[in-house]
Amino acid sequence: MKKIFNLLLLVVALYLGWKFVDWAVLRAVWQPDPALCRASTGACWGFIVEKHRLIAFGTYPYEEHWRPALASILLVALWMLSAWRRFWKPRLILIWAAGLTAIGILMWGGVFGLPYVENERWGGLILTLLLTTFGLAFAFPLGILLALGRRSELPLVRALCVAYIELIRGVPLISVLFMASVMLPLFLPAGVSVDKLLRAQIALILFAAAYLAEVVRGGLQAIPKHQYETADALGLGYSQKTFLIVLPQALRIAVPPLVNTCIGFFKDTSLVLIIGLFDLLSTIKVALNDPAWTGFGVEAYLFAALVYFVFCFAMSRYSRSLESGAGTTATLR
Amino acid sequence: MVQGLAAALFIAAAAYLVFNTLANLEARRIASGFAFLWREAGFEIGESAFLAYGAADSYAKALAVGLANTFKVALLGIVFATVLGTAIGLLPLSRNPILRGLGATYIEFIRNVPLLVQLFFWYALSTEALPPPREALSPLSGVFLTNRGIFFPTFSGAPELQGFNFSGGGSLSPEFVTLLVGLSLYTAAFIAEIVRAGVMAVPREQWLAARALGLEERHVLRHVVAPLALRVIIPPLTSQYLNLTKNSSLAVAIGYPDLVSIANTTINQTGQAIEGIAIIMAVYLTISLAISALMNWSNARLR
Repeated sequence: MKKIFNLLLLVVALYLGWKFVDWAVLRAVWQPDPALCRASTGACWGFIVEKHRLIAFGTYPYEEHWRPALASILLVALWMLSAWRRFWKPRLILIWAAGLTAIGILMWGGVFGLPYVENERWGGLILTLLLTTFGLAFAFPLGILLALGRRSELPLVRALCVAYIELIRGVPLISVLFMASVMLPLFLPAGVSVDKLLRAQIALILFAAAYLAEVVRGGLQAIPKHQYETADALGLGYSQKTFLIVLPQALRIAVPPLVNTCIGFFKDTSLVLIIGLFDLLSTIKVALNDPAWTGFGVEAYLFAALVYFVFCFAMSRYSRSLESGAGTTATLR
Repeated sequence: MVQGLAAALFIAAAAYLVFNTLANLEARRIASGFAFLWREAGFEIGESAFLAYGAADSYAKALAVGLANTFKVALLGIVFATVLGTAIGLLPLSRNPILRGLGATYIEFIRNVPLLVQLFFWYALSTEALPPPREALSPLSGVFLTNRGIFFPTFSGAPELQGFNFSGGGSLSPEFVTLLVGLSLYTAAFIAEIVRAGVMAVPREQWLAARALGLEERHVLRHVVAPLALRVIIPPLTSQYLNLTKNSSLAVAIGYPDLVSIANTTINQTGQAIEGIAIIMAVYLTISLAISALMNWSNARLR
């Protein structure tokens, strides 16, 4: 009975797998020709071929596409470098500073003979990567402060931090993005304006900080009490105790869940589409608006899924390898 | 001392923002307050759960319709995601390698792709792959799958093709189906992980002891493993329910008229952004706190 069930299951799985391969590969059209695509019963990857520039770079000036391309490669390289335990040294901050300066010069231009490109024209993959990078870079310190504040002995500080964290975690990201895009201009004095990209970035930072704070708090809670007591016995003050003894250990414990939060955040940046920013998902949606190419949404979004999957899967594998190789954290307890 | 500083900073920042906002509202001649809620909304809403609504109704009514739509999709989504997630979560425990592989693949794919991409994908699939009403698929007699939605018979009547679409009977819009399917499949992957971890957390000795007592396998699960596993499962499950409810706000991207979508229209029409966003946030915070309270209560009863 069990054998028959297994066989049946295998047959169904193989059949569905075959149907998919047949559609996605064997009968697929790779030429960028909408007429051929409409005549075919297979997938139309020609759409991606035709629109790959728009999807990857948005409305960035066509002749300058090498700049966001190079910037994306640089940014991914920086991420990969930071994943390497050997580089977890203060020097890493300098490397990042240099890397981000180079990316800034590449993207904006205006120096070294590169034409200036305003950030309204940035789009595609680089925007997704930049929103993630800067979002995490600013949200992380803010999250640490919030986590420390939540565990503070000062009731007022604690209350403010708890209120902030719970408020942000209790509402959807969209409402925070809406708030930033329509309310932020109202909050600022007359004459001061913040562009759309920066508004979305601020919203993402404020949102991510609340979630990172909870992860860091988890790490802080895992620190045995005697670590605090020993630090007190040595006569260390609050800041020395926190930054030399407690935080380094807490962050080390919290690395795997932090990576998971980063994956979630990377996925969440796709929501900026709703407030009209041209991230990777948004450029794909725009590409579909071309009347010649309407009706290939399935292929387009499968492609989007694949791109996001590659990034997220790599990060989740990394997080898992950290978890299994986390010998340093085990010895702490 | 630090507290005083924190309080002073907070009050100063708040005062600064309020002052700026008031000045800006004045300059842009935007009204404030919630009086707009009783004015006529003037827009139609594609679908409405439980409430009858027309364009002549007030903004308050429109928002209530949005809230009802949010509840409808979130509650059904929670039910489907729980059932599916539990089933998938138990797969890795089976001795069948094919089932195990399928479960793991599902979880890996769904978790590593943004929900918004998945929603767009399902929406594209439902509008591009399904036929128009005239060539509707009919998997069961009386039930029709089309790119305009799903039509099915109810006690009051059966769907019939009239002109270019079906009328009569019950129907589900493509937007609603997309959102429900997307949310359920997405959350199910997370619930599956939670269920798996919960069952794995039950010590092996509990299984062995229960079997040694001569209990049948299903009784072992029902009376020994499940009660122990549920204690581990319920707290993270609660946060998944909350996530699903919050994620239902992505409805605005595919055109399902949930609370956020209606509030967004309201903001665009009245310009009263602060009030609109305050309503969204207040509603979600209330839901969050209510679900947390409910789950804490049920968790306390289990112990």
